[in-house]
Amino acid sequence: MNIKSIRSQFPILEQKIHGKPLVYFDNGATTQKPLSVIQRINDYYARENANIHRGVHTLSQEATTAYENARTMIQNYLGAKENHEILFTKGTTDGINLVAFSFGELLKAEDEIIISAMEHHSNIVPWQMLCERKGCKLRIIPMDEKGDLVLDTYDSLLSNKTKLVAVTHISNALGTVNDVEHIIKKAHAVGAKVLIDGAQSIQHIQVNVQELDCDFYAFSGHKLFGPTGIGVLYGKEEILNLMPPYQGGGDMIKEVTLEKTTYNSLPHKFEAGTPNIAGGIGLGTAFEFLNSLDMKEVVKHEQELLEYATSELEKIEGIKFYGQAKVKTSVISFLIEGLHPYDVGTLLDKMGIAVRTGHHCTQPIMNQFCIPGTIRASFAFYNTKGEIDVFIKALNRIIPMLKN
Amino acid sequence: MSITEKEQEIIEEFALYDDWMDKYEYIIELGKELPIIEEQYKTKDRLIKGCQSQVWLHADCKNNKMTFSADSDAIITKGIIALLIRVVNNESPADVARSDFQFIKEIGLQEHLSPTRSNGLVSMVKEMKLNALKAVK
Repeated sequence: MNIKSIRSQFPILEQKIHGKPLVYFDNGATTQKPLSVIQRINDYYARENANIHRGVHTLSQEATTAYENARTMIQNYLGAKENHEILFTKGTTDGINLVAFSFGELLKAEDEIIISAMEHHSNIVPWQMLCERKGCKLRIIPMDEKGDLVLDTYDSLLSNKTKLVAVTHISNALGTVNDVEHIIKKAHAVGAKVLIDGAQSIQHIQVNVQELDCDFYAFSGHKLFGPTGIGVLYGKEEILNLMPPYQGGGDMIKEVTLEKTTYNSLPHKFEAGTPNIAGGIGLGTAFEFLNSLDMKEVVKHEQELLEYATSELEKIEGIKFYGQAKVKTSVISFLIEGLHPYDVGTLLDKMGIAVRTGHHCTQPIMNQFCIPGTIRASFAFYNTKGEIDVFIKALNRIIPMLKN
Repeated sequence: MSITEKEQEIIEEFALYDDWMDKYEYIIELGKELPIIEEQYKTKDRLIKGCQSQVWLHADCKNNKMTFSADSDAIITKGIIALLIRVVNNESPADVARSDFQFIKEIGLQEHLSPTRSNGLVSMVKEMKLNALKAVK
């Protein structure tokens, strides 16, 4: 993998922060954008902008074609059976809320939903809201001290009352890659549907929704080198057809009278209002970019970064890692004894290094470990060992400053 | 010394540092020296929860002079608290309620007082002023 040539496609990586070269280790929060994506959005507004799905004029038709081509691009990349199983959303959170509302409408009191103890708040709160609305019960798959889910307990939570299992593919705070194949198979055996939160996955590993056999797969564009404000919810056609619409408005209707409305077919039924057209088109380009990479090489490079950073960090006195799961992506959550993450993050920033500090929107995980938060370094394929060296050097300068 | 004079003094102190790390080294020293709030005041109702760090604040008013003590789990937050307290301690409630802590911006630390930072400092400033308002005669 030619990292130098890849880096040259990401203009932001040449920036200086406080006079120091940017070291961007906050890829779990959002990834940077390649020039192709930036230019595609620019071109859309400069040459193609028009509202889609309605105009007979040329621009409208061209914009519609570009937007729908992006959908097909994503369908092919994810291995979805049908183009209309790809719903454009605002992001992962929006996709999960869509399912919690529309699939939730099919549930009744005493039905059960299973989530896990390592979920992001966006895969906890919508289900709690659904439980309050419908009287359903929420069951939790526990997590062990290494950051792996306790799947034996999961198996025992499943019953014919289970209607939906919603778990994350990869933990944003700990990097754990969950055995979602097992989770899906077991859920299907009791007739439950499965939603996978894929916010942290597609940028790190190859995902094929038909091979996984998940019923829903939600993710955000901005975490996989695409624009913000756009994401995808994949759903199996037969289930999406059973679900009532999420929001009402333009584009999602077949016929409207003042008395009654009939709804449009998939995917439009779930895409009310003028969508984020530029975002959808830009996301298509982000997938083209992903397609141009050799995913095996990406995985190899990111694993090398993970191993190198872990072994270098281990040399620091008083360091404690959170998340040492059997299978992990390139995320390292840690604390240094006696040092507050806010202080470390603030000083690293002044040295040009961007990491995330705090609870990473996973307060239940932090509560389980009895900590207020961690320092999280999350790598993408454009990061280098040289940057890790800069990071370690910076930490070694900071630690004596903060210790008494 | 008035609030404005104290603020000016801090601005001049910080003008000595042109490197960020030196500036923070000084803030950390201030943080370490901050007279810590008495344990009896470190109660739940005096805790200001931020997403990033937490702050305890205790305010008192005697003879029309405000005094504050505070603590935080993060040392940089503590250093900034030390600066804020230095400016408003022993001032009248009316003056404290009116102060806008503009000097923080002048010395380049406004990011710590940004509402999106969520380190408890924004809420602490609000609390300081609320306490002062309550004490205004």
